[in-house]
Amino acid sequence: MDVFFQQVVSGLATGGIYGSLALALVMIYQATDVVNYAQGEMAMFSTYLAWSMMNAGLPYWVAFFATLALAFVGGLVIERVIIRPVENAPVLTIVIVCIGLLVILNSIAGWIYSYVIQPFPSPFPSTPIRIGSVIFGPHDLGAIGVTFVMLLLLYCFFRFTSLGLAMRAAAQNPASSRLVGIRVGWMLGLGWGLAALVGAVAGMMVAPVIFLEPNMMSGILIYAFASATLGGFTSPGGAVVGGFLVGVIENLAGTYISFIGTDLKLTVALALIIVVLVVKPSGLFGRAVVRRV
Amino acid sequence: METAGAGEPVARAAALAPVTARGWKLVGLLALLAVACLLPFTLSGFRLFQFTQVFVYAIALLGLNMLTGYNGQISLGHGAFYAIGAYTTAIMIDRWSVPYGWTIPVAGALCLLVGFLFGIPALRLEGLYLALATFALALAVPQILKHFDGWTGGSQGIVLSRPGPPFGLRLSADQWLYFLSLGILLVLFVLAWNLLRGRTGRAMVAIRDNPIAAAAMGVNTALYKSLTFGVSAAYTGVAGALSALVVAFVAPDTFNVFLSITLLVGIVVGGLASISGALFGALFIQFVPNYAQDISKAAPWAIFGVVLIGVMYVMPYGVGGAVRLLSRRLARARAGTGPRRARLPE
Repeated sequence: MDVFFQQVVSGLATGGIYGSLALALVMIYQATDVVNYAQGEMAMFSTYLAWSMMNAGLPYWVAFFATLALAFVGGLVIERVIIRPVENAPVLTIVIVCIGLLVILNSIAGWIYSYVIQPFPSPFPSTPIRIGSVIFGPHDLGAIGVTFVMLLLLYCFFRFTSLGLAMRAAAQNPASSRLVGIRVGWMLGLGWGLAALVGAVAGMMVAPVIFLEPNMMSGILIYAFASATLGGFTSPGGAVVGGFLVGVIENLAGTYISFIGTDLKLTVALALIIVVLVVKPSGLFGRAVVRRV
Repeated sequence: METAGAGEPVARAAALAPVTARGWKLVGLLALLAVACLLPFTLSGFRLFQFTQVFVYAIALLGLNMLTGYNGQISLGHGAFYAIGAYTTAIMIDRWSVPYGWTIPVAGALCLLVGFLFGIPALRLEGLYLALATFALALAVPQILKHFDGWTGGSQGIVLSRPGPPFGLRLSADQWLYFLSLGILLVLFVLAWNLLRGRTGRAMVAIRDNPIAAAAMGVNTALYKSLTFGVSAAYTGVAGALSALVVAFVAPDTFNVFLSITLLVGIVVGGLASISGALFGALFIQFVPNYAQDISKAAPWAIFGVVLIGVMYVMPYGVGGAVRLLSRRLARARAGTGPRRARLPE
């Protein structure tokens, strides 16, 4: 039973990270109808920025918040410069542009920082916390905490500020929003900025666990896809819940199903994606998209 | 823009232009084929290997383009079928000592089946979601290959020996593989040409452009879509099988997500929905990384990324589309002033 609890807690910790990245995907999907394949690489790049700042001697939290600011600006610029020209293009075009972005960010990171695996510090103490006979890693608990604080802030932003309301309006009904004076284009840009910021948090929380490396996010991204699919691409809250579910499922399946073990974990995500898409494409909490033809 | 008086020259241009254009095309193709047949006697080992690889890529691109370019089903995971083809050949030769010639059709048939089966759930996935599922597939492939290490040899992979020429032909193994790939490419090229230019091709394009209208016109969309998936996978599988023979080695990590993205780059550069584009795309993905590697290890992918985005902005139909556009412009210029009739398919 101890093993079970331990696996659940560490599943929740990684699940929070999947959920954050999934949330970033869903935010962009809702705003611009784009599944951002470069989301993982954007997070990876932000994490590298944080790493260089810390190497330059900045304390952790200063680097943390500076990275968030940079990630936000970076996301905004990417939307304005790269995504905007193809905003109304066919799906295939947008997918290809996003893949191009993924490849560019990945190779630039490799160019600047090389492909050598680097350790990344955790802001939390390293002595394990013991509750009963179960041992928790402080970084796991810390990551869950950071995720929750971020989600709370985002919820408040979208729920209680007029800017948040404008962004939701722009995503939901661009034409009417434009008529009431919302600058829809900029709202979409802000959405990308915020998504990049959320991704940066996920990157910095996961880097101490899986180490820093240009390809570090490819596995995380597929889990984030699975989470967003499970929760529903139209539901931000669903994506987060999906993330926690996927994290726990991943850990429990790896522990208790000997066939899967640790080396088929990505396949679990693949199977999950396909099953959800085939059985209930709108996900657990999403709404089915109805189209007039 | 043109006035009604241009009617007669148009008719004449329409009568003349296709003949001359087709004639030039035929001459060009024959010249290209002649050059291709002479190449192996002038190039040395590694260069020849690279050109063989170009043909192998061209086959895979032809397959992917059928699915993504013509049928509009986005696949970011065709590396998976390439891997299945390669491993089918490698396992059959290594475990069961099957003559290599038989492994290529088997690889194609197996991929046809797997692709058809994968195409059935894919029917329920539109655009973005299919891209997502296939992207996940591409990411998962190396892990799956490593897991079944009893068959695949795990991370070590399988080493093969390169087959020599049959019938006592006086060719080196490199030259023989070159001609084998060229021959298979030609056969598959003609097949694809016939498939895509006729009734089937029209149905595929109709499904891409407007599935509901296509269904209303009596096209069995489900059957066509999953069949296209199967045929596309078969092409890519044959390419994978050839690559296993050419490289004489298969290992899980060569079939990672970047292989799938490379194939995507190939069809985008060569031209979506363009048969001849497969060759341009294959040349691009084979030779550009090679030269870019001298700048930095990361440079090829930086270039690929910039090209992916750049092509989408300025040349959405790739090199194939640009060539088509240019030749039509030329034909029009030669035929005098015609109205802007020739347009790329939307």
